[in-house]
Amino acid sequence: MSEATLLLDRAHLDQVMRNLTDEILALPWAQSGGDFPWFIGIRRGGVAVAHELARLVGVTLGTAPQVGALDISMYRDDMWLKGPRIAEGQTELPGDLTGRRVMLVDDVLYTGRTVRAALNAVVDFGRPQSVGLAVLLDRGGRELPIAPDATGYRLDVPPDCKVQVRCDSAGRLHSVVQVHNE
Amino acid sequence: MTAPSALQLRHLLGLEDLNADQITALLDLAAQMKAVNQRRIKKLPTLRGVTVLTFFVENSTRTKMSFELAAKRLSADTMGFAASTSSLSKGETLLDTARNLEAMAPDIVVIRHSSAGAPHFLAERLNCGVVNAGDGAHEHPTQGLLDLYTMREKLGDLTGKKVAIIGDIAHSRVARSNLHGLAKLGAHVHVAGPATMLPPGLEQFGCSVHARAEPAIEGADVVMMLRIQRERQGNDLIPHAHEYHRFFGLDAARLKLAQPHALVMHPGPMNRGVEIAPEVADGEQSVILQQVENGVAVRMAVLYAVAATRGLDAVGG
Repeated sequence: MSEATLLLDRAHLDQVMRNLTDEILALPWAQSGGDFPWFIGIRRGGVAVAHELARLVGVTLGTAPQVGALDISMYRDDMWLKGPRIAEGQTELPGDLTGRRVMLVDDVLYTGRTVRAALNAVVDFGRPQSVGLAVLLDRGGRELPIAPDATGYRLDVPPDCKVQVRCDSAGRLHSVVQVHNE
Repeated sequence: MTAPSALQLRHLLGLEDLNADQITALLDLAAQMKAVNQRRIKKLPTLRGVTVLTFFVENSTRTKMSFELAAKRLSADTMGFAASTSSLSKGETLLDTARNLEAMAPDIVVIRHSSAGAPHFLAERLNCGVVNAGDGAHEHPTQGLLDLYTMREKLGDLTGKKVAIIGDIAHSRVARSNLHGLAKLGAHVHVAGPATMLPPGLEQFGCSVHARAEPAIEGADVVMMLRIQRERQGNDLIPHAHEYHRFFGLDAARLKLAQPHALVMHPGPMNRGVEIAPEVADGEQSVILQQVENGVAVRMAVLYAVAATRGLDAVGG
């Protein structure tokens, strides 16, 4: 196990979450008072972020958006590289997505392949009115034409490193570290 | 993520070859596939570009359909091959036919054959994944898995559960796959049937053998009835279907000997009034149609595991 380098401590992470919340509240649908999107976290890392974001948005607006979780393991494009696998959690949505606004939420945006898979997965659960993307951290390095609607923090990380968002035992966001790939 | 090795499967020839971890991983995966089957859009893109060939050299309706549906739900392409309409009826050998099929570059061949060992024969000679859909009286591993899945879904952990299997054990590949699978998951199996239908050496499976149905059914968590194979040996092994029903058929009175929550299972097709009475087959404890439903999910899990394992081999992972 290689050494982890701290990128964001808890206080810094709290500030990043507030930035992300402000960016989301500045989006056109929030400004126009339209229907609230469902915050759908991409498993696994996006789910804790989605819950925390929904809570923060709820503090400002009075009602918290509904939260869901999306498992994309059967939609990934690297099955042939990684062999058979089984996801730890399933997709859990508040309901059919048809006609809904959806805000996909992930912890780290990198190549864009996860988001590509998530877009394919989402439309298998209905036809959303719109799909947006909010990410806690954007580390660059895109391999697909994917751009987030809201970003908490941008950072440069060497390609041979992995960014991990860690949670405490209660499942709350705790810190962000960088580790070397094995 | 589960340790990937538990799901790595180059072929599925029988449950005898799998350990408890591999069986459990396949059942866990099947549970996720079942969730897909309950969505409005019952489709995953996972096996795009994979070709699954169903090679059924023996009649089958539900198993073939179940495999085809499973493949389609994973976005694989399917081709069917039926013995009666094929060159096998013109004298071509199994290996020659299979080599011709292989030339069409399937990734997985799903084979049903009346000879035990035919899937193993092909697995050794063809450069694709082979899934056994029933070979003679040997094994029917996906039926065994869907039975295990159904039991686990209803009863939870199968350790220590009592499972009665009643009927023609000697000629049943379903019984054999279940005997292997149930033993590996820690269940206690009790088999019963007429002496002509109980093969010698059953004890090696770790099961209890009874000459009468009652002691097998008494206190059971699951009562699995096997089909009397009237088109094969069935009629020669018992004096009369009515008499068989009297001594070994599952009716309401006999079912009362089992636990109140006991599941009634049957691999189909049923002979109503022979091995199972209609009131039991259609009763509240019957999970016979759920077995069929679960079969699609289990076969999706198997096709995915075999395809993804072979994909990994192909890229040298």
